[in-house]
Amino acid sequence: MTTKALTFPRIFPRPKATTGIWSWIGTVDHKRIGTLYGITSFIWFIVGGIEAIAIRAQLATPENDLIGPEMYNQLFTMHGTTMVFLVIMPLSAAFFNWLIPLQIGARDVAFPRLNALSFWIFLFGSLIINFSWLTGDAPNGGWFGYAPNSGITFNPGLGMTYWIVGLNVLGVASIAAGLNFIVTILNMRAPGMDMFKLPIFTWMTLVTSVLIVLALPILAVAGIQLQTDRIYGTHFFNSLGGGDPVMWQHIFWLFGHPEVYILILPAMGIVSEVLPTFARKPLFGYGFVVFAGIVIGFMGWFVWSHHMFTVGLGPAANTAFSVSTMLIAVPTGVKIFNWLGTLWGGSIRFNTPMLFSVSFIAMFTIGGLSGVIHASPPTDAQQQDTYFVVAHFHYVLVGGALLGIFSGIYFWWPKMTGYFLNEKLGIANWLLMMIGFNLQFAPMHWLGMDGMPRRIYTYAENMGWETSNAAASAGGIILGIGVLIFMINVWYSMRNKVEAGDDPWDGRTLEWSTSSPPPPHDFDEIPQVKYRDDFWFRKYPETISEYYHDHNEHDQAVPSGAQNDLEEENLPVVSGGSDDGHGGIHLPDMSYYPFILGVGVAGIGAGFLSNNAVLFVGVGILVWGMLGWSMEPVNDPEPEHD
Amino acid sequence: MTQAVAIDHHEPIENTSTGLNSRKLMMWAFLGSDVMFFGAFIATYLVYRGKSLVGPYPSEILDIPLTTLSTFVLLMSSLAMVLALHYVKDGERNKGTLWILAVVVLGAIFMGFQFYEFREFGHLGLTPRTNIFGTTFFILTGIHGAHVTIGIIWMGFMAYSSHKGALRPDNALDLEIAGLYWHFVDIVWIVIFTVIYLISANDGPPPGMESMITH
Repeated sequence: MTTKALTFPRIFPRPKATTGIWSWIGTVDHKRIGTLYGITSFIWFIVGGIEAIAIRAQLATPENDLIGPEMYNQLFTMHGTTMVFLVIMPLSAAFFNWLIPLQIGARDVAFPRLNALSFWIFLFGSLIINFSWLTGDAPNGGWFGYAPNSGITFNPGLGMTYWIVGLNVLGVASIAAGLNFIVTILNMRAPGMDMFKLPIFTWMTLVTSVLIVLALPILAVAGIQLQTDRIYGTHFFNSLGGGDPVMWQHIFWLFGHPEVYILILPAMGIVSEVLPTFARKPLFGYGFVVFAGIVIGFMGWFVWSHHMFTVGLGPAANTAFSVSTMLIAVPTGVKIFNWLGTLWGGSIRFNTPMLFSVSFIAMFTIGGLSGVIHASPPTDAQQQDTYFVVAHFHYVLVGGALLGIFSGIYFWWPKMTGYFLNEKLGIANWLLMMIGFNLQFAPMHWLGMDGMPRRIYTYAENMGWETSNAAASAGGIILGIGVLIFMINVWYSMRNKVEAGDDPWDGRTLEWSTSSPPPPHDFDEIPQVKYRDDFWFRKYPETISEYYHDHNEHDQAVPSGAQNDLEEENLPVVSGGSDDGHGGIHLPDMSYYPFILGVGVAGIGAGFLSNNAVLFVGVGILVWGMLGWSMEPVNDPEPEHD
Repeated sequence: MTQAVAIDHHEPIENTSTGLNSRKLMMWAFLGSDVMFFGAFIATYLVYRGKSLVGPYPSEILDIPLTTLSTFVLLMSSLAMVLALHYVKDGERNKGTLWILAVVVLGAIFMGFQFYEFREFGHLGLTPRTNIFGTTFFILTGIHGAHVTIGIIWMGFMAYSSHKGALRPDNALDLEIAGLYWHFVDIVWIVIFTVIYLISANDGPPPGMESMITH
């Protein structure tokens, strides 16, 4: 390069370590970032689980005073916040990071440093929100933070400020990651992989990313409004000043309902990968599954007021939102029938990933059906604020999202590490989780129908609720043991390394075509894609004619999608890069600026919680990180001897 | 990672799956995200319009001619932005630098207007704490002002970069992406100007409370 570029003085040399802590702090490799996401969010999963066990311990017997109302409020608030923002979302992000480049045949995401930044901001945001436990003043206004209960009058402590600041910091991380994956999926596909040859998990990631990018700013607005109300005395949710607490509910749920689909769509994507693999036939109705996902992502914006049927919005609003809520069950039902159709007539193997995926369908259907029940406002009026609602959303979030994620862990673990998780321990893990989960949440259906209110720290004797609550608490412990078995399984797998090979499940998509674990550059040669489930048809070309009638002529044509005509003119290939004139494969160099920028964002967040000096230090670090980052080339010029 | 393959700098062909540059695509996606951010604040303003229980009310305090002037200044900054990109793409370094500086100056003048307006409103007794109009007005226009300020700083770096010769026809995309942001912030102002200033110009107290108006 002879042309001039601005440079920024380095305080530390550019990281080069390939092992040790600095190799993780400076990493821009999507697989390592995925691992960081996975480990961090699993730790928060344990924390959230302990909070859940504490809640169940308090509710195990009537008129229990084990924990007390103050602590109980903090526990259920932090349990919900942790499980939504620090567990399901980032565990999904771990899969996005690990799999999207592998599934689309790319060497990394579109913006590797931005990807690292997302993780660091997520990590610091999660630490900020949980730091509140150490101050003894954890958030206590529910994961939905309803005003005016979350306002300064009723909640003068710092707890809700931690919640607002933490969620806004986490929101920045989510939006950055969402933007990155939108661009990656649209722009980094291997030659020939047009949009309707994308693996279904990639499709669901794209829909989820769009939802993240559009929904999280609304949460930021809600947070800013609540925070200015709390600190500067504005009137957004203060009825004495002309504001309206119901406005909080509108803004929060306008974010909150798309958020529900942000949580479930990745799990649906995972299940849609696992079922065809273990049924050994293509996903039934690929197009329907894709469009159902898109329709869910679109209609998810028009149902938020079903969280507010008892607020008193009037019959017109209630009717409209009731209809839209019932309608959104249709594309969800389409997916369920597609999954069943995939299983129908397949030669099914029941390995652990399959057990989790099939359970997903069953549990998610139960949760979906109890959800459609609340779509009717008069019915909802009976169920509002009861344990029936708790049963419903745990069936979709634990029975749905979490089982899907566990299925994905067992499915892709061999690809990520090169070793199998133990099958017997896996089955024990699955069995205990299923028994524990159903024992815990099924009784909540009739507890709710019987009128037991949620969010109350105890209940009176002789209400007839003792047995069901004791059962639920016992179920919680069994579920916990199931998760413990999973951890033992991970330990066992790392000790007794059972080699999995590159393609242990006879997989269908591109990630199974590379080695396990994949090399840093993912693919030695960027694949050329001809078919949906391209890897399968490469292995079994004799089955092509079964699924692609009259396609022989098309096969000869140049695959559409990427611009293959350009490649023939020897122009540099973006996602390929094997012909960069050096004969080697170029990966982006490591960088510590994402970490520094993350520290800056965390410093600003901490500044809002402490004092302005911290805030200014945070801004200073942020500016340093931004300047350094913007003038740092993605790849340093190579020394001559290389 | 992404390498622009410039055959002709007016029609860059990117070797990506869509043929679009990845950074540009991301800026568009980010603007979509920002639309929701502003959209939520603007929706809040509209829901709360005319709900103030005490004055000063918009009809007593908004100065439409003054804000029209500042709006004109901001719109002209977008024109300067277009010209700056044109000259940078043509390799006319000095003209490019000058027009980028014009963007910075016009943006700064707009912020000066906003600063003056905020101070004036403060003197007239309107703060974010006074009533719901004050709350929604100051937070929405303040958030917009913060966006403009970030744009001014960004353009400042662009001007410096251009002056040093580091912004050239082959990386004019850097300026184009910054320009997308600038134009977006400008367009948002047109909506805010319409919604807060033009539509609300005659908003007084809520019905039945006209007697509470104070002059």
